[in-house]
Amino acid sequence: MATANQGQGTTTLQLVLAWGFVGIPLVLGVLQTLVNSMKLFH
Amino acid sequence: MSLLSFLDRSHTIAKPGFSRWMVPPAALCVHLCIGQAYAYSVFNLPMTKLIGIGQSAPGDWKLTQLGWIFSIAIFFLGVSSAVFGRWVEEGGPRKAMFTAALCWAGGFFISAIGVYAHMLWLIYLGYGVLGGIALGIGYISPVSTLIKWFPDRPGMATGMAIMGFGGGAFIASPLSVWLMSKFTTATHIGVAETFIVLGIVYFFFMIVGSIIVRVPAPGWKPEGYVAPTQSVGLITRNDVFVYDALKTPQFWLIWWILCLNVTAGIGVLGQASAMSQEMFPGQITPVAAAGFVGLMSLFNMGGRFFWASTSDYIGRRNTYFVFMVLGFVLYCLVPHTGSIGSVVGFVCAFLVIISMYGGGFSTVPAYLRDMFGTRYVGAIHGLLLTAWSMAGIFGPVLVNYIREYNVTHGVPKAQAYNTTMYIMAGLLVIGFICNYFVKAVAERYHMKANDPRAHDALGSPAAARA
Repeated sequence: MATANQGQGTTTLQLVLAWGFVGIPLVLGVLQTLVNSMKLFH
Repeated sequence: MSLLSFLDRSHTIAKPGFSRWMVPPAALCVHLCIGQAYAYSVFNLPMTKLIGIGQSAPGDWKLTQLGWIFSIAIFFLGVSSAVFGRWVEEGGPRKAMFTAALCWAGGFFISAIGVYAHMLWLIYLGYGVLGGIALGIGYISPVSTLIKWFPDRPGMATGMAIMGFGGGAFIASPLSVWLMSKFTTATHIGVAETFIVLGIVYFFFMIVGSIIVRVPAPGWKPEGYVAPTQSVGLITRNDVFVYDALKTPQFWLIWWILCLNVTAGIGVLGQASAMSQEMFPGQITPVAAAGFVGLMSLFNMGGRFFWASTSDYIGRRNTYFVFMVLGFVLYCLVPHTGSIGSVVGFVCAFLVIISMYGGGFSTVPAYLRDMFGTRYVGAIHGLLLTAWSMAGIFGPVLVNYIREYNVTHGVPKAQAYNTTMYIMAGLLVIGFICNYFVKAVAERYHMKANDPRAHDALGSPAAARA
């Protein structure tokens, strides 16, 4: 039975690129929304 | 290798060494894009001034006409996920993601022509119908793949993807506003150009997701993971054929649980700004209300990951019990926070409520997997999303019409939402009862090893259970 063999086929760079590709825009959007949300407490 | 064969499920089987942590970003590529739907309202006001530019002219579209675009899209989300669910499951995630990308981008391009030619029916067709189909196919496409890659943490895995759907608006909203500001001139509003750019950007993003995505090889399992050999409680080791699932009471109980949970959340989500200002006149300004809506969106997104991940530890059924009981208590408390003028209490109550609204969406795929097995979970999930379409109609109608009725019958605006809150709490009681009656699926619905339906595009039953 095959098992996960992480790290051999997929490189760390590939993982960083893949997560950065979706993570950076998402974090920027969340931060912008968080800044706008702070108006509730003013 | 031709493009069509590249899209086949057989060409997406992961080679040894492929990290399963590449799959959540692939799913997020799709969900972050189609999550734009939550931010569609940023186009509404500019589209009422396409002719008049500075203000609406006689030939301009009205907000009520434009409101149908989103409604049509959500309707087709439910229809397409139900109709194409089995095709998505059997064709594989890459083919589904690619199709969703084509439909999503195509929807924007057709809508751009509609805006340019000022033909509203083209936008209904583009964003509404084609975009709605992309929403349905795109939403369910990575779900069963993630569950197969993360049999040890299915809630967390699907929570990550569905969190992306909630978070898509955070990217789309500022991006759309910025693009429109770049394309708008003194004599022209840049909606059509913004649609074209968004179509191109989203197509690129979704295609990247479809290239990255892989399905596990038959028999694959995570390192150190020991699959249970027998069904434990509600968690089955058997698969139920997609259309057989419809014959089980469990499917319809979960359908109602989702429908009631979403109805309770979606109504207040759409009216949060107006409700907060009317319940706390003078205390919550329009600017503060906008901040409140933003905070609710963050909790909607965060709740999708938090509650789905939590369900891996406390179980799906218990998670929904928490939604129903905690939701009931909080909805009953909201009128009280209004009467004592507690803004903090009001805000906290709704933030938790909205986190559970998001959590309801993200926990349900794992709930279905527990009940009906892994094999057709994507298709069954697609059928279940019709509950979302139904709730999308019921929720806002309940909130808006009951408020309107109360106001016209002399109830002060600050108290006009009280009845609605108690009705929402009542809906959650029904949800609690439905959840209570969810038991393990009867053995007669389980697929047999010699079932002719077992030897289709998915391969052997053993492979499907990987």
